[in-house]
Formats: sequence, C-alpha cells, structure tokens
Amino acid sequence: MSLFDYTLKELQEKLHNKEITVSDLVETSFARINEVDDEVQAFLTLNEEEAKKQAKELDEQLGTDASILYGAPIGIKDNIVTKGLRTTAASQILANLNDPLYDATVVEKLNAEKTVTIGKLNMDEFAMGSTNENSGYKKTRNPWNTDYVPGGSSGGSAAAVAAGEVFFSLGSDTGGSIRQPASFCGVVGLKPTYGLVSRFGLVAFASSLDQIGPITRTVEDNAHLLQAIVGHDKMDSTSANVEIPNYSDAFKQDVKGLRIAVPKEYLAEGVDKEVKEAVLQALKKYEELGATWEEVSLPHSKYAVAAYYLLSSSEASANLARFDGVRYGVRTEKRVDMLDMFKHSRAEGFGDEVKRRIMLGTFALSSGYYDAYYKKAQKVRTLIKNDFEKIFEDYDVIVGPTSPTTAYKIGEKIDDPLTMYVDDILTIPVNLAGVPGISVPCGLSSEGLPIGLQIIGKHFDESTVYRTAYAFEQATDHHKKRPSLGGDK
Amino acid sequence: MSNFETVIGLEVHVELKTNSKIFSPAPNAFGSEPNSNVNPIDLGYPGVLPVLNEEAVNFAMKAAMAINCEIATDTKFDRKNYFYPDNPKAYQISQFDQPIGENGWIDIEVNGETKRIGITRLHLEEDAGKLTHNDDGYSLVDYNRQGTPLVEIVSEPDIRTPEEAYAYLEKLKNIIQYTGVSDCKMEEGSLRCDANISIRPIGQEEFGTKTELKNLNSFSFVQKGLEYEEKRQREVLLNGGEILQETRRYDEKTKETILMRVKEGSDDYRYFPEPDLVPLYIDDAWKERIRAEIPELPDARLARYVKELDLPAYDAGVLTSTKEMSDFFEATIASGADAKQASNWLMGEVSAYMNKQQVEINDLKMTPEGLAKMIKLIADGTISSKMAKKVFAELVENGGDPEKIVKEKGLVQISDEGQLREIISGILDANEQSIIDFKNGKDKALGFLVGQTMKATKGQANPPMVNKIILEEIEKR
Repeated sequence: MSLFDYTLKELQEKLHNKEITVSDLVETSFARINEVDDEVQAFLTLNEEEAKKQAKELDEQLGTDASILYGAPIGIKDNIVTKGLRTTAASQILANLNDPLYDATVVEKLNAEKTVTIGKLNMDEFAMGSTNENSGYKKTRNPWNTDYVPGGSSGGSAAAVAAGEVFFSLGSDTGGSIRQPASFCGVVGLKPTYGLVSRFGLVAFASSLDQIGPITRTVEDNAHLLQAIVGHDKMDSTSANVEIPNYSDAFKQDVKGLRIAVPKEYLAEGVDKEVKEAVLQALKKYEELGATWEEVSLPHSKYAVAAYYLLSSSEASANLARFDGVRYGVRTEKRVDMLDMFKHSRAEGFGDEVKRRIMLGTFALSSGYYDAYYKKAQKVRTLIKNDFEKIFEDYDVIVGPTSPTTAYKIGEKIDDPLTMYVDDILTIPVNLAGVPGISVPCGLSSEGLPIGLQIIGKHFDESTVYRTAYAFEQATDHHKKRPSLGGDK
Repeated sequence: MSNFETVIGLEVHVELKTNSKIFSPAPNAFGSEPNSNVNPIDLGYPGVLPVLNEEAVNFAMKAAMAINCEIATDTKFDRKNYFYPDNPKAYQISQFDQPIGENGWIDIEVNGETKRIGITRLHLEEDAGKLTHNDDGYSLVDYNRQGTPLVEIVSEPDIRTPEEAYAYLEKLKNIIQYTGVSDCKMEEGSLRCDANISIRPIGQEEFGTKTELKNLNSFSFVQKGLEYEEKRQREVLLNGGEILQETRRYDEKTKETILMRVKEGSDDYRYFPEPDLVPLYIDDAWKERIRAEIPELPDARLARYVKELDLPAYDAGVLTSTKEMSDFFEATIASGADAKQASNWLMGEVSAYMNKQQVEINDLKMTPEGLAKMIKLIADGTISSKMAKKVFAELVENGGDPEKIVKEKGLVQISDEGQLREIISGILDANEQSIIDFKNGKDKALGFLVGQTMKATKGQANPPMVNKIILEEIEKR
C-alpha cells in the first residue's frame, strides 16, 4: 500500500492530523521513482532538490486553510513550461532549454495551490504520437506490462500516475493525448472543454485543439485538480470567460434519469471485441444505476481523422517553425550560412514524425491546395461540431470506448503511422468539436491490459461528465486495480 | 514620357506609437539598448501566446478613417509564414483577407491640380526585429522592434508620375501625423515605403510587368528611384527587351536602381487564420468613438484658414503641410497674434531660419507665445518691423520673453510725440536747405530728414510718426 492509494481528501486529513508530512509524500514519490522508473521510463527531468526543499517549507507553513492540493506531488508533461526547470517537449531541438524563462499559467496556479512539482514527464515529441515511441529521448513503458506502450502523447503523465510515481499529473490533449494514455494505463484523464484551461505556456502543437488536463487515479481527485487549473486567463485570448462551477458538487447527484447517447460509429467494426464488451457492460451498469441509453449517430465522424490531421498538421507547421536555432534551443554545429543553419538545425533537432507532420501541414497550406485541404477540413470540423450539438439537444452525455483497442506492443505500429492515426478515431471528434471528454477505467483485457470508457459532455459541462464518471467508478472497482511493478511483483 | 504611360502603386508601412507592443506588454520605444524591450512573447519562446493590444486597433482605425477607408465590422488576424532571423516565430501575425480598412483615398495636389489616389487597404500587423550584418560572417539581431504595431497602407495603381508618388507620400505622412498615431519618421524607420512601377503603351488597358523598389530611405529617393526606373524600363522596351518581375533597390550614390532578385511567381506565405487570436468584431459604437477622436485633418484646416482667417490658399497650404507647423501657428494665434502676421512670420523668417539651421519647428527655443508677443509688440508700435528682426534673431536662437529682449537691447521705439517733435524741430533748424528743396518738389529731401531723425534717435524713432511730424513741422514753416 502506497500513500498514493489514498484520495486527496484522505491525504489532507492525514496531513492535518500530523500522521504524515509533505516531506513524506515527496520522499514517497522519489523512492517510487527510484524503484520503478528504470522500468517505466516516465520522467525526462527530475526536480528532486527543489521539491524536497519545498516540501520542508510546506511542512513548516501548513495552516488550517491549506488547499486540498497542499503538498501533493505532481508530474508535469514536458510540453508545459516551468521556469528554471528544463522543458523540451521531448524534442532534441530543445535539449538545452534548461530555463524557458517563465511558468505556464497552469503551473502558476498549481504553485499557488502548493502542489510540489516532482519532475517533467515524457511524451511523444511535441505531442505528436500515441505511443511515446516518438519521444526524442526515451520510450516510456506501460506499467501494466512493460512490453507495451503507455499510449500517447501524454504517455509519461499517465504511466507515472499508474505506476504510483506521482500522486497525479498534467497532460495535454490535442486529438486524444490525455484520454488514450489514461485508457491504456488504467487511470482517469480529462480533456476539458477548449478554452476552459489556459494554454499560455503550453508548447503549441495545434493551437485550436490543444487543451491541458488532469490525469489522476480517481474521478474525484480529477475534479479537484481541474478546479485548480481552470479559469479565464488574460494571457490567452482563446481562454473562455465563463463561470466556473464547483466540480465536487457533481458528486452529490446520482445518474437516475441521465440520458446517455451511444454513437453507433463508436461500437462499429474496428473496435476490439473485448473493448466493446467492456463498454456494453458499463452501459448495463448505468442502466442499473437508473440511466437510460440509446444508439445515435455521429455521421461525419468518418471524416474526423482526415480533417484532424490536416488542421493539426497545418497549425503545427507554423507553430514549430520558431524552432530555428536562432534564439534558444539547439543550433547545428555545422559552419553554414543562414538558410542552411535553419535547415540543418531543424533536420538534426526534429524526429521523423514531427518532420512528417510539418511537411504535411506545409503542403496543406500551400497556395493552390489551401482550399482543397485546410479550408475543407475546417468545414468538416463545423459539421462534426454540429453532429455533437444535435445529439446534445436530446442527451446529457455521449458514452463509448476511448480507444478501439488496448495498448499495443512496443514497436508494433511505429512503422505504420496511418494505422496509428486511424486508432485516434474515437477521441479526435471530441477535440474538433471542442467539447470535454474523460476516460475512466472500465475493465482489463484477457491480457491484463486496461480498457477505458470515454464520457463526452456538452461545452463547459464538465460537471455532468464527472457525475457520470463518478457514478460508474463508485459502482465498480476497476479504478482500484493496480499494476504489478517493482516490489509489487 | 512619350508613347508610354507610367503606373505606380505604393506600399507604405507606418509604425504606431502605442505605449506597448501589439501582442505583448513590452514597451514600444525607439532607440533603447538592443534587446532591452523584449520578453518571452517577443522572442517567440515555446508556449507564448499573443494578446491583441486594443490601443493598436484604435490607432489603426484612426489612421484608416483619416484616409477615408471603410472600417471592417468583422476582421481577423492571419499568420504569414516565412523564415528569417528577425522573425522570431517564423510567422508574422498580419491580416490577409479581412483588413481593418478598405477602399480609402487621399487627394494630392501636383502642378496646381488636385488628383484623388485610391487606397486599396490598410491592415494591422506586427513589425519584425532588426538585423545588423557584421563583417565576420555573423549577423546580430535586435528584437526591440519585434511586435511594434504596424499598419501597411497599399495604394491603388493610380499614381502616374514619380512626382505624384512624392506628393502622395507627403500627403499621407501629413495626414497620419495629424491623427497622432505615428511620428512617421523615415530616418527612424517609423515610416517605410516600397514602390511598384510598370509602364505600358498609352491606350493599353493591361498593366505592364512591374518591378518593386525597396530600400528607399527618403521621399526624394522614392521619386528619384522611380524616375530612374521608368527611364530604364522604357529603354529596355524600346530596345526590344522584356521587363522581368524584379525586386530592385535604389543606390543613393550611383542614383541607379540595382537588381536584388528576380521573382519567380509570387511568394507563398501560406496564410491561414491565426488560431491564437479570436476574430475581432468592431461594432458601430466603437467606430464612432474612434471617429470622434480624430482631430481636424490638414485639408479641413487649410479650408478653415482660407475661409475664416482669410489667408491666401497658398499660405494656408504651407502652414498645414506639417502638423507641427500648423499646431505652432494655431498656438501663436491662440496667444493673441494676428493670423496674417503670424502666417507671414512663420512662412518667412521662421522657415528661413529652420532651413538654414536644418531644424524642425519643435526644436526651436522660440515658443508660439513668444512669437505672438513679438507680433503684438510690433502691432502696438512698441517696436518697429526693423527692430523686430533683431528681437526675432534673439528670440529664435535663445528663446525668452520678447519684452525683456526689447528692454535689454534698448530697442524700445520712441513714440512720444512731444519728444519726437522736439528732436525734429532741431533737425529742421539745422537743415533749412532741405526744407526749401522739399518745398520745391524734391521728395528726396524728406528721406534725408527722416534719416537724420533716425540717426539722432539711434534708429528708435517710430518711423510712421517721424514722417508725419516732419511734414507737419515743414508745413508750419
């Protein structure tokens, strides 16, 4: 039993009763990292000295009015900038960015809540990928079976939580990058409504799709972490100025009368049999809890993957152009002229997948192709958004699997990017529509790999998403299962 | 230009003097230590986002309204992608298909004729940093200028001569300066100009192939570069050659345009809507609020000077040709000076001094109040026009209070009738022959007597009074 098997609420009680200290939590974190991270490979950079120093200070300062996140050890995905702490977005081109000069807004908010940053978590380079095999540094392993990928791009964030290395973590989700690894690693991951969480300080991949979100072991803790990072930010023009509810209130209500929509496209061919079975079981559970479900259709979801890869790659081609070796980051050591300095620095610094998407995006935006690709993809996006809005006229949430399959074996799909792209089919429409989606554990496959249930809500209705997820979690014990790692074996 | 007609279009970039940059809170200032007015946003650090400065939008609207543009209700920003070390994000946030202003115009005057030049569009964007190329093969970048709000003003191809181009630039600069949104100082780069020029046989509808002139560091270089270029293009065509779509620069030493690069097709900047900024909606109330803030513009001022102050159109034109001159004039008459007198002084002595010293009117130590006071001293007879020149020389050089200058230099005019009559009596007594000469019709004699009087008073006698008293005294004898 680890300290991290408690909920936030339980931990806070122990802190205030002086049963444990923040230093105990931080020591637990680093001890576990020492124990298992050789296997899991979740961390790119550790913040050990600073974290331990901070823990001591927090132990001295603990007051009765402390936030519920007080002293909780957190891991931060490496594409979220942390002042004075190396931030690389898992790219070699930023290998020397030891100080990105400022804190992301979410990091500022966490600092205000007094969480303790344990380190920076591995990911696919610039969040492009769904296995973490595209990291410029290391391949994170799935804690449930280290021959398998943890998913991605927030693979390090999900694996670190599943492995008990941190209490919780932040990830980012552009096309499923929080939900799919949460599903693969058997943890809870939420992609908030676009605009709910500030993107200031998130290394941009696709600006119109990226969202930062929480990865936790339980739904309740997920809501607590979300509560800490939401809110309008004047540094992000796309951050929404909406009233923020108290997400914990969602847990006071059951799901009797809840209307669930299940898109037939989400249980269609291509979805693994065991995954489908687990989802149907979950729906049965909801029926028992008093909710109803009906099959619906997201007719344009078949175009989602194509539209997504055009739009996200187009935006990425511009967003990643700033990595040119001029002001920061790695510059080629070749003695070359200006143009070749750009070319060589980028050729040496970026990995294959990143280059592939930059080329795709550059092509899609080129004169003569713009209308056929970028513009058309934007139109598809509108249609998909409309599909969701139509369903939400009659239903409270949409439920389906998070991913068509459980985790893949390392190396299984890396040479077949197109198949891997298609596997994002169930998460991508959510980003295109801008609505919130969560993945919660809903069972294990016969191979012992976690399966994730995806719950999608209306714009800014995270409360209903949490309510739905919580009811399921409380009625089942999937979230209590732990992988065997290190001394657990 | 026989048989050929010249077609010119100008692209003018004007930096807006907002307090902070267009997308970051860093100060917008000229002449600071390199890379001192920058923050991670200006440097394009990972994760930064732009936030639009409302003042920049207001300034752009003001400029657009002043040049008679229609103001967009729905507008947005786009990314213009290109790699260059002065462009930290490798895209410039600009406006592509929904500029803030469109379909404007300004009137220019060339050879006494007024001509209307259309303005295609005015859009808002961010300026880039500045490169300095060293001899050692390295280049240095200063990002202070990065993110300075910039408007690009594109004219219609309505300009037909280099002279018109010059007049257009002067007028545009003047109007923008009046709005107060920019200094428009070409030497500081707050106004920059690129020129497109082509020629076509007279009567041909279709435009000829154009060349683009860059590196034009003054309005007169724009004019000279265009003059050279229209001649060059004509010679090429007359010799059976072909004009290529080129970018050329004007060399100030050789007074020639020099090929920089041949353009093959158009550059592909892969514009797409900036996803980090939300579309901008400008409602009527916002537009009207800005319109109400636009001060009187040069054409309106000129008309008012003619109509209400009774100044000749030419004078009014000179006075309104820069905002500084016009404001100085306004302040002078507001301090009580006669408009005609103020105008004469500003166009005469003041302008001559400025030209000689190569200074601007705001650099002068003389204030409008000082000039007004001096003009009043002339009007009330305290000093003569001749004395005024001495007062002015002191005033313009060192500033100060004209009354004090008059006293210090002992320049007070003698206008006391009794005193003058006494002096003149003495002079007439001593010059009886002159009185006889005058009475015999020799007008010259009067001049002599006046001269004697001025000599006796060291030039301080009030000249009109001297004349009058001498005539009266001669009459008595």
